[in-house]
Amino acid sequence: MSATTTSGQLPEDQAFRQYLQGRHRVGRAWQLFFLLATCVGILALAALLYNIVDGAFGYVAYEDKVDAATVSARPLEALSKDELVAILQENLSRGAFNTLNKEQPFEQRSQGDVYNLVLERVLQRKPVAAWSLTDSLTRRAAIDAELAEEHPNATLAFRSWLSPKFLQEPMASQPLYAGVRTAILGSLWLIMITIAIALPIGVGAAVYLQEYADTAKWYNRLIETNIYNLAGVPSIVYGILGLAILVRALELFSSGALFGVTDSNGRTILSAALTMALLILPLIIVNAQEAIKAVPDSFRQAAYGLGATKWQTIWAHVLPNALPGILTGSILAVSRAIGETAPLIVIGASTFITVDPSSLFSKFTVLPIQIYIWTSRPQVGFHNVAAASILVLLALLLTLNAAAILLRNRFSRRLY
Amino acid sequence: METSTNLQPALPRAAAAAGAFRPTDLKRRARPLEFLVQAGLFFCGVLSIFTTLGIVYVLGQESALFFTNPEVNVVEFFTTFKWQPEIGHFGVWPLVNATLMTSFIAMLVSGPLGLSAAIYLSEYANPRLRSLLKPTLEVLAGIPTVVYGYFALTFMTPLLRAVLGVDTVQVYNMAAAGIVMGIMIMPLVTSMSEDALSAVPRSLREASYALGATRLETAVQVVVPAALSGIMAAFIIGISRAIGETMIVAIAAGAGPNLTFDPFKAAETITGHIARISGGDISYASIQYESIFALGLVLFAVTLVLNLISKAVVNRFRQAYQ
Repeated sequence: MSATTTSGQLPEDQAFRQYLQGRHRVGRAWQLFFLLATCVGILALAALLYNIVDGAFGYVAYEDKVDAATVSARPLEALSKDELVAILQENLSRGAFNTLNKEQPFEQRSQGDVYNLVLERVLQRKPVAAWSLTDSLTRRAAIDAELAEEHPNATLAFRSWLSPKFLQEPMASQPLYAGVRTAILGSLWLIMITIAIALPIGVGAAVYLQEYADTAKWYNRLIETNIYNLAGVPSIVYGILGLAILVRALELFSSGALFGVTDSNGRTILSAALTMALLILPLIIVNAQEAIKAVPDSFRQAAYGLGATKWQTIWAHVLPNALPGILTGSILAVSRAIGETAPLIVIGASTFITVDPSSLFSKFTVLPIQIYIWTSRPQVGFHNVAAASILVLLALLLTLNAAAILLRNRFSRRLY
Repeated sequence: METSTNLQPALPRAAAAAGAFRPTDLKRRARPLEFLVQAGLFFCGVLSIFTTLGIVYVLGQESALFFTNPEVNVVEFFTTFKWQPEIGHFGVWPLVNATLMTSFIAMLVSGPLGLSAAIYLSEYANPRLRSLLKPTLEVLAGIPTVVYGYFALTFMTPLLRAVLGVDTVQVYNMAAAGIVMGIMIMPLVTSMSEDALSAVPRSLREASYALGATRLETAVQVVVPAALSGIMAAFIIGISRAIGETMIVAIAAGAGPNLTFDPFKAAETITGHIARISGGDISYASIQYESIFALGLVLFAVTLVLNLISKAVVNRFRQAYQ
């Protein structure tokens, strides 16, 4: 544009063509830049997924403090549960054995559980080094050399940190035996209660704002603005709210003391679920509003024309037609709740718990909390366990999102 | 006439003497159920106001307790540069500084990248490519922040250390947290900016092409300025998100308040500090517990102001196109 000649005329012929080509070159260069910028996002996603898978599988070297041969003549894998319990009883102090029995009686424990206990408590098996999947596949020789030099006594084994056992075991202090069962159950409990609380209230608020509210009234505009602002409040602030109100001020209620539960404080699933419900409420409301808005007015007019009252119209015509949209939006809101960590840290999710949650008033942990705790530990193996639990979390999210898409496709009818 | 009375037995005032026809009364009838439903729905709507009031009340009340503590005073809180609750130093700046640093790095990443991606998606990409790129970017937005934290610590930090040297880059550092936070915010900036760009009417582009502008010139000199309010709003929301983000900084930026302008050093942000302090079992009466609320209040106020500004920007500078 600056290439106009002093007289204000465009340059002609050769000069003009060059000028034009120059502009097009600049255009193409920037187009490439814009495309690259878009690809950076996708590359980051690829790197993230690669990084997680890389951590979730790979070689691990572990050492036993006590040789298995000194404990039992036969290989430990071949022993029955009773024999394993006998080994435990023999090698642990009476106090330690009784503590274990008190946590969960040996009669109720599974063979695998007891076997793990023997490894953990008697042999004191510990991971000494762990390698990523890439290293395991490409640098096998170097790994062997490294191992021979630094940990000559260690055993090397390829390990999938994500395994059926990982899903079934509760938390443990050693990464080799840790599992996410408690966390998965905690997450499921939390989502269920959160949905049960947030969905009716959220849809109710959306129906009010979309069907009843007169936007000329100041209080209705206030509600709208307020919901918009709540959606932007950092999640950790909700955690602080939950801590002060639910955990502390309403402890009598949230700990279940009112209902005869005695062994709990306010840091329960109920407190967490109520906090999460408040957190995702704005999202559910906004999504449900969009879905209700999309129902054509002709539906309402037809219902009114047949003499239906306002609520009959909404209940029998507006809501059923808006349902797919509402559900899709709600599932997306819920998947936000599943991944949310910060408010639960503030509320006081348990950092170490091996007991499955059993009621509204149980102590709890959830998957993101486990990931956070394991990621924060520098010892060998914990990052791998964190990677494995991230895979579990992502699978859970993927399932939910797939459900949302299916719902949308299954129920979406074109509304005219 | 017999039938008409039989058909409408329930209507009030229609229950007149048998055989006598009265026209149906069309006056509005009191419907208690309808009223009840409406009241219930109204309550659902008002609940969000109670949430806000609850937040303001809780933060305000506990902060007041904090500031009336003999060890604390408001002036010191905002003017001193040391945050060590254990020995009674409550200067908020180290935490604020770390929050600003990480947010700034995040915007340095997500701003240019997000806007470029938005321009590409809205002005260049053909529908097929768009339908491929856009959902992929949205996946990025759906990943939990704790996963980004893991990514920052186990991927970005080692990468930075490998490139810039182990001596320059600490194990926990603000740069890695900020960059990953930028990646997390990028889809938000992209999708909001793209909405703004797509809302610019076609006629503006066509007029620009008719004057001989190239695609780039049209995009940068016509479409982007026309959508500037939306883009600014996207950036402000991005900043607000960065300031409130907790997990990435809690995992990767380090534990321990530290007043430094070196992005490769560890420093704790406001959110990271709240998460760490409340993660341990602190007693409700302690000054540390109360300090959480004061920090929460700062956080809440800042993000609220940013959100309001973004909304005002959109409303104020929105150009109405036909």
